[in-house]
Amino acid sequence: MDEFTTWDILRNLLLAARWTVLLSLVSFIGGGLVGAALLFARIGSGRIGPTFVKAYVELFQGTPLLMQLFLAFFGLGLLGVDVPAWLAAGVALILWSAAFLTEIWRGCVEAIARGQWEASSSLGMGYVQQMRHVILPQALRIAVPPTVGFSVQVVKGTALTSIIGFVELSKAGTVVTNATFEPFTVYGLVALIYFCLCWPLSKSSQILERKLNVAHRNH
Amino acid sequence: MNYTFDYGWLLVYWPVLVKGIGITVELTLVGGVLGVMLGIACAWARALGPSWLRPFVAGYVELIRNTPFLIQLFFIFFGLPALGLRMGELEAANFAMVINLGAYGCEIIRAGIQATPSGQFEAGASLGMSRIQTFRHVVLIPALQRIWPALSSQIVIVMLGSAAVSQIAAEDLTFAANFIQSRTFRAFEAYFVATLIYLALAIGLRQALRGLGWTLFPRRTAR
Repeated sequence: MDEFTTWDILRNLLLAARWTVLLSLVSFIGGGLVGAALLFARIGSGRIGPTFVKAYVELFQGTPLLMQLFLAFFGLGLLGVDVPAWLAAGVALILWSAAFLTEIWRGCVEAIARGQWEASSSLGMGYVQQMRHVILPQALRIAVPPTVGFSVQVVKGTALTSIIGFVELSKAGTVVTNATFEPFTVYGLVALIYFCLCWPLSKSSQILERKLNVAHRNH
Repeated sequence: MNYTFDYGWLLVYWPVLVKGIGITVELTLVGGVLGVMLGIACAWARALGPSWLRPFVAGYVELIRNTPFLIQLFFIFFGLPALGLRMGELEAANFAMVINLGAYGCEIIRAGIQATPSGQFEAGASLGMSRIQTFRHVVLIPALQRIWPALSSQIVIVMLGSAAVSQIAAEDLTFAANFIQSRTFRAFEAYFVATLIYLALAIGLRQALRGLGWTLFPRRTAR
């Protein structure tokens, strides 16, 4: 049997990490789009919209991501099509991210003082104008740090997709362990790669928090 | 879609689910209590502890917060035996949950400690309290009270994250659902029921923690 060098292990893990990065990007961007749509339904004036989004958020934040992955995997399978793991993983992660992002952004919109809404409406602005010119520019500013911070949760969340059979960094870790019988080295390296992906995001979230909050510090 | 849902297996397999719920609750209780204690110790070390200790605690916190729970679990269960540290699946699951909550709890509790006005420390000292007494009676309790909602959310997140421990064969609720679907081939139904139970557990845990907050902090401070 061939001997595996640490470099062999690392190279295989890094190749698989591409899929972790890709799935994270797809989930984060897709979740952002769905989350933005949910946000407008949540803070809109209707009755059904806010109730639906509240229930949606409660459901996705109150159940394990792993269960959501299983339900997406087997639920899509009920439609009679053969579901590839990447599709179920993508769908579940997008819906899961959307729930968290919409809740983060709602907090940011609600942090804008009530008087801003009243002032803009007294200037004769409609809802869309108020959002576009008054509320969103301010809300976006305070939304950046927690949004970047949440991206770390997305990267870590993708690890669970290995359980429904999507081959990314964690799954590669298991496969390589089974070939090399060196779980300490392999999982140590896997953890290190995740750390290298997540730590810059965590750090930049903290730095952005300090930078963008300057305007609010003296209030 | 010509699939008929079938929940008849519930009549046969409900004891498996009950056992799984028991394990999940047990893991959450042990992980929650020990994790918060570890969090308090680390928060003390990071905010007020000796300066040589701080980088170590900071490293631990950053390492845990920037890696997936699943990998922490695998490293502890499969990797640590190479160093001679062999654990059963439940011990490993508990250990991983404590380490995980300890790191997140540290950051949350530290924020509460650092929000303490410095006059409180001085007031404690002027009453002749030792540093430990001041920390315990003057700093920690109001700090915990301040951050209790955030800490409660984190404990719920750890409970939901515990679904991953089924992957090292700890027989929790997710393990029960896996077992049932492998016997009945009713995968969607089994996971659907387990999901609803998790939702109920999360709501129940949140209420319990709110109640615990009221008991632990019965309006000590006029805010």
